Amino acid sequence: MTDIQHHVPDDLLMGYATGALPRAFDLVIATHVSLSDEARARLEAYEAVGGAVLDTLDEADLSDDCLQKTLAMVGDTARSDRPITTSGGTFPAPLRAAVGGDEDAVRWRSVGAGVKQCVLYSDDSGTARLLRIPAGRAMPEHSHHGTEMTLVLKGAFRDEDGVFSRGDIEVADAEVSHTPVAEPGEDCICLVATNARLRFQGLLPRIAQPFVGI
Amino acid sequence: MLLANDPAPETVAAASLTPTGPKPERAQLRGKTVTARETTDLRWATLVAAIAQNQDREAFAELFRHFAPRVKAFLMKSGADESLAEECMQDVMVTLWRKAHMYDPSRASAATWIFTIARNRKIDLLRRYSRPEPEDLPWGPEQAPDQADVIALQQDSGRLAQAIAKLPAKQRELIQHAYFGELSHSDIAAETGLPLGTIKSRIRLALERLRHSMSQSEAPQTRTKQDTTDQ
Repeated sequence: MTDIQHHVPDDLLMGYATGALPRAFDLVIATHVSLSDEARARLEAYEAVGGAVLDTLDEADLSDDCLQKTLAMVGDTARSDRPITTSGGTFPAPLRAAVGGDEDAVRWRSVGAGVKQCVLYSDDSGTARLLRIPAGRAMPEHSHHGTEMTLVLKGAFRDEDGVFSRGDIEVADAEVSHTPVAEPGEDCICLVATNARLRFQGLLPRIAQPFVGI
Repeated sequence: MLLANDPAPETVAAASLTPTGPKPERAQLRGKTVTARETTDLRWATLVAAIAQNQDREAFAELFRHFAPRVKAFLMKSGADESLAEECMQDVMVTLWRKAHMYDPSRASAATWIFTIARNRKIDLLRRYSRPEPEDLPWGPEQAPDQADVIALQQDSGRLAQAIAKLPAKQRELIQHAYFGELSHSDIAAETGLPLGTIKSRIRLALERLRHSMSQSEAPQTRTKQDTTDQ
């Protein structure tokens, strides 16, 4: 576990617990929780509320032979294998699953100014992508309509709210324009999720935007 | 006891609770008033452990009789029609059987664990993709959570259910709707009015103990350069 300074807000953890988040946010939360026991404990507390809600529901009627059918199904099932966990590497298991491997498997594309990105998925509900900012370099200035979550996986960046390093998460609300700058030393790799398309404000990124699918 | 016919377990699996061993009344040893609700939670945890250790079909049947109708109700409240809800509920109960060895009773009540299985299954069905899940932190076969931790967490879970029952109707319904997936995350006010601090601290403690036992059981690994630079 890393020493995490910037934590995820409660509404997003509860949203994950209830299943209300867009897919891109789910990926950030699942990855963050893999890196932070503090976030895991808070998430599991919200899941405990879900357990209590489930336990106090009025019972639905089941078909007559439902238990027998289910027992027949378990009779055919072997105990599932040990869960997959990662030891070492840059990406926790949920991010590895989305990328198809660890850091070396990422297919980076340049978005200008030395910054590279890899879109993991993008749909109507939002976009998840990896960003790689060269050490000491600024991320292209951008603003966005909805909420933007940024989780640091490697290196660190600094912006108006302080320094963010591995495991730290920054949540920026609509129309906030901020300019993260990668700390010197090593490239900063972040997982960024937005529930609306990003708008880069520099000239070059704006030209590149239609082609790279930001 | 309903589970009188199992052989003495040789292995310690997901939980240190032995299926025929501690009756729920054992909880009273802690010198606190223990309500029926709290001992019930301990009972469900014991039954999941019985499945993990002995593939105990009677334990499964008892869990099924309590949880299956509620899981189906949960899925119907979440928008599934009756036949889909029943099919999906059966998947959930089969998953309970297959993953019983991964259940950690020092971090979640059985109801909570089953809720997470049902929620994940629901999302996979509705959205047709597998939702990203955090890495698992299973107790290995050599370690198991401390019995006192298990009892305390199960009691906390019981108290949480009681606290929900005591909320004003409007607030209780809002929380229920959130967990049925009827509210988008921007509609959710994370302030539930529920005493979550205690249960959060207890889960945090359980995670610390788990990390400690994992680090003791793992042979020292050659750390990659990646790891060391991440610190």
